[in-house]
Amino acid sequence: MNRPDWEIVTGWIRAKARVLDLGCGDGALLGHLIARRGVQGVGMEVDDERVARGVAANLNIVQADLDDGISEWFGRQSFDYVVVSQTIQAIRHPERLISEMLDIASEGIVTFPNMGYWRNRWQLGVQGMMPTTKALPNPWYNTPNIHLCTLRDFESLCEGLGIEILDRAVVDQNRQSSPLLRAMPNWFGEHAIYRIRKRVV
Amino acid sequence: MSDPVHRNQPAQHPGSVGLVEPRTARIDTPLLLDCGRRIDGYELVFETYGELNERADNAVLICHALSGDHHAAGRHRPEDRKPGWWDTAIGPGKPIDTERFFVVCVNNLGGCKGSTGPLSDNPETGRPYGPDFPILTVRDWVNSQHALMRTLGISRWAAVAGGSLGGMQVMQWAISYPEAIAHAVVIAAAPKLSAQNIAFNEVARQAIITDPDFHDGRYAEHGVIPRRGLMLARMLGHITYLSDDAMRAKFGRELRSGRVQYGFDVEFQVESYLRYQGTSFVDRFDANTYLLMTKALDYFDPAAEADDDLATALAPATARFLVVSFTSDWRFSPARSKEIVRALLASGKSVSYAEVEAHQGHDAFLMPIPYYHEILRGYFENIARSLDGETSVMECES
Repeated sequence: MNRPDWEIVTGWIRAKARVLDLGCGDGALLGHLIARRGVQGVGMEVDDERVARGVAANLNIVQADLDDGISEWFGRQSFDYVVVSQTIQAIRHPERLISEMLDIASEGIVTFPNMGYWRNRWQLGVQGMMPTTKALPNPWYNTPNIHLCTLRDFESLCEGLGIEILDRAVVDQNRQSSPLLRAMPNWFGEHAIYRIRKRVV
Repeated sequence: MSDPVHRNQPAQHPGSVGLVEPRTARIDTPLLLDCGRRIDGYELVFETYGELNERADNAVLICHALSGDHHAAGRHRPEDRKPGWWDTAIGPGKPIDTERFFVVCVNNLGGCKGSTGPLSDNPETGRPYGPDFPILTVRDWVNSQHALMRTLGISRWAAVAGGSLGGMQVMQWAISYPEAIAHAVVIAAAPKLSAQNIAFNEVARQAIITDPDFHDGRYAEHGVIPRRGLMLARMLGHITYLSDDAMRAKFGRELRSGRVQYGFDVEFQVESYLRYQGTSFVDRFDANTYLLMTKALDYFDPAAEADDDLATALAPATARFLVVSFTSDWRFSPARSKEIVRALLASGKSVSYAEVEAHQGHDAFLMPIPYYHEILRGYFENIARSLDGETSVMECES
């Protein structure tokens, strides 16, 4: 079962492109992009078990901790796309990672769970508890997700970093879009998917 | 060398290649060395495990490290206390599976385990070469291994793998003979020695050279060996192979007799261990070979011929790479492996990199650490599958 953001990410990536997947897990998305788009892919992952699965799946996986920064690994503009799928919320310095990724690739694709989704607001605003949903299943005391944000938060960070938003897609857990979701994405989008690049000065 | 297939005896130990016999290849093609000298003909001792398939495309070359040799797996005699140096990884059902691969390991030229080296007779004088054996480089070794490859009827290795100095040979293979190596497995290696690495080698060499029994390398003619110097060199080496943690775990400050003696005899267990390692090494290794091996390490620097840019040096390579490092290795630390990975990425090569959490230090590359072996196993299974003709994910792209 593919994750809700995959189809959109795949649709945005040119065939045969050079793609770096940060926090690639066992490389499932990378394998999907190679099979569907014939990309040249490299994944970066810190977890032993996932690295081993990625290597066993015949993928190129580099074991490293994204919290240590990525600029030491790659030269400027060495990829067409850097993908950060459902990972940015677990990074110690998301703003640094986003800047670094746009140094090494012309475009970045970032996907994350939207903290502004109405169920999250309901659980926090009305029930008065930290939300737990399908997209954010972990309890507050035991979660890798330390930097949650909403669509507006992310867009304002991009503005501050001089980053241009080229595309935005918002879906619910079932990968569906709807008029309501399009009208009020920060309320009804469970997952956000952005395509970004450095603003040309 | 007409029959490259070597049939091994049935296994005596589970997962073992069983009893193995070294073979000798005579190579009569002259070898022009980096130092400018030439060797007209030479012998290489090697072992093989598993069987070469009909297409001769399942061969894996294992390159040995500083004090290693051709005996990588199995036993020579049933009563041998220890198997070959990389028996943990090579054998039926092991990560480098001899049921699928034909594994070859060579005692490097200049070695002291049967290949032509300082102990061999110099055809010009009729006496052993001793110190007159030419200084060798990693590239010279790779050239000699390439000559052996051809005598075995192999035109391309499915993989070349090695740890430490062995990993350097793997890199050199990928650069020198890109068409002859499909996969490069570089473990616990470095793209060149640091000043500190060279410094340790120099102390080891000085220990040997200044031993009164060294006689400018002609100790054999005097009927002696520079026992003390070689022992000190090995003791020093061993300190750099282990981590602080591994030494603490293995020996701590444990005393052999339970209390301090206020003297200079062996008191701490670590002293006893180092002396044992040193003295047992003297009986199985030649001092001139040790000097040669440390020089080959010092000189290895493929980037030097490419304006000190490793990515440019690696540009000719077409192999896919697996690079592995170990967290507690301070001889060739993970930072050194990262230099290799960065250069490979920069030159657009296909590379995977695993940094294995291990407390054993540099020696970890010889240990059956589960995550390390899982990575090796997964990587080699993919190679085996590609030989079987199964298309893999990565091959769809081309």
